[in-house]
Amino acid sequence: MNTPQARARWPERAFFALSLGAVLLPLGILLILLVLVGHSGIGRLSWEFITSYPSRHAARAGILPGLVGSLWLMGLTALIALPLGVGAAIHLEEYGKQSRMSRLIEINIANLAGVPSIVYGLLGLGLFVRTLHMGRSVLAGACTLALLVLPMVVLVSREALRTVPMSLREAAYALGATRWQTIRQVVLPMAYPGILTGAILSLARAIGETAPLVVVGALTYVTFVPDGLDAPFTALPIQIFNWVSRPQRAFAENAAAGIVVLVATMLVLNGTAIYLRSRLQKKRS
Amino acid sequence: MPAQVPAAEALVRVSSRGERVVEVLLAACGFATILTTAGILLVLAAETFAFLREVGLGKLIFDTQWTPLFSDKHFGIWPLLCGTLLTTLIAIAVALPLGLLSAIYMSELASPHARAVCKPALEVLAGIPTIVYGYFALVVVTPLLQAVIPDLAGFNALSAGAVMGIMITPLIASLTEDALSAVPRGLREAAYALGASRVPTILRVVVPAAMGGIAASVIIAISRAVGETMIVAIAAGQEPRLTLDPRASVETMTAYIVQISMGDTPAGTLEYRTIFVVGAALFLVTLTMNVTSYRLARRFRRQT
Repeated sequence: MNTPQARARWPERAFFALSLGAVLLPLGILLILLVLVGHSGIGRLSWEFITSYPSRHAARAGILPGLVGSLWLMGLTALIALPLGVGAAIHLEEYGKQSRMSRLIEINIANLAGVPSIVYGLLGLGLFVRTLHMGRSVLAGACTLALLVLPMVVLVSREALRTVPMSLREAAYALGATRWQTIRQVVLPMAYPGILTGAILSLARAIGETAPLVVVGALTYVTFVPDGLDAPFTALPIQIFNWVSRPQRAFAENAAAGIVVLVATMLVLNGTAIYLRSRLQKKRS
Repeated sequence: MPAQVPAAEALVRVSSRGERVVEVLLAACGFATILTTAGILLVLAAETFAFLREVGLGKLIFDTQWTPLFSDKHFGIWPLLCGTLLTTLIAIAVALPLGLLSAIYMSELASPHARAVCKPALEVLAGIPTIVYGYFALVVVTPLLQAVIPDLAGFNALSAGAVMGIMITPLIASLTEDALSAVPRGLREAAYALGASRVPTILRVVVPAAMGGIAASVIIAISRAVGETMIVAIAAGQEPRLTLDPRASVETMTAYIVQISMGDTPAGTLEYRTIFVVGAALFLVTLTMNVTSYRLARRFRRQT
């Protein structure tokens, strides 16, 4: 133990332990968080909780409008953000690589990715709710979320397009295919799984967002499910926020149960994305 | 053979018209992202301008109270900036050591197997919705801290900041790890050849060489903390206050926007405009930091 070598080694060990601790501490906190939320939410979790409307009585309240609202938002966001995002990615990767416009779009997307989500909420409020007269509707919420995830969709789609080898494009051109024919029949089919994975991850992020929807004007007490694009709406994170903000303990339990549903939904989405990615990697190799 | 030529030509013409349409459509998709930025700037600028015409820039900058909802209205933005500064400082105080050490562990010390476990686990941490962290800060961390610090307010900057620190740790860890991995192996080998052991090599050679990239990652994390909303809206309180006391209830810029949005504030009123003014300040602060970080990262990539 007292050899010089051992003495020289202990600071190294201490540093190793410290660094390992720095990784384990946040992960430990994550674990504690999940266990605590699960523990306090599990009692409220039931089929009734999922299919009931909110109520003044914590024990009778449910998340149906929030859940349906979140599904609406996710579907609409996908419909708006995916074509725009994938289109922009194709434009940047396959068409105007050198043009000044593309440079500008690239820098712009990098900047947009760093804009706080609540600022997108203000954009949605000023643009969709007021200027375009959509009101505080599910469509205005979805448009806002779509712009929020757009930079992420573009980034992941570009990465997927970049994995397609140049030689395949050249082979298609050599066979007389035009640019768009090459993209549609050669590049997109190959990049498709990567784009899909990225799209799912982007949507998973969208359903966890709370702040922009609060600003756009999602309601906190809704006793109906949206019946059209112009209907008022709420979303699962908004419902959770509403319950967390109440002082009664019973509502905190509702919030925990809502969090369990939200996190489970996100885990399913992320799991699907990881599964698709690994299946793609197996196919390639 | 000659009979086929016009057919082929016709095909090319049809497809080339289609080609142009597709090309324009795709360019329009790219342009939509520019319109998003333009939209943000226009919306923020229009409402801020209307606000300034009514109130004046002086009151925004030289007043030290923020009370737009009271009958005695003050519009000094400093209390909100101070709340944001305080929660951000606490978050960075937590995230900087944790993030740096995690990055060093994953890049320099961990076995490939341990790394393959830790990296995705930290990614999970980064993917959790912030509303969940907000619940955690208010329902779990605040009562815990109150047991240790008796005069901690029910809503306080400390819990919100600390939980926010945990939230941004993966961001610092992952970007710093990229920076450390980009340091050429030759530098490490040269240090070993001079007789340095592992830890001094990491701390005196690898970390200094990656400093540009590390700084970029820390700045982007600060920017994220400044723009973070739900944790502070839930756990830090709604009392705009010029204080750096972490035990006190404060209000950040983002929490103020949420507070007003939760109420019924009719469009066109002064209260309604204040959230765009605060949003504009938030946008300017985060944009400055993002651009700085982007420049630092680019310079760092050129060096390595």
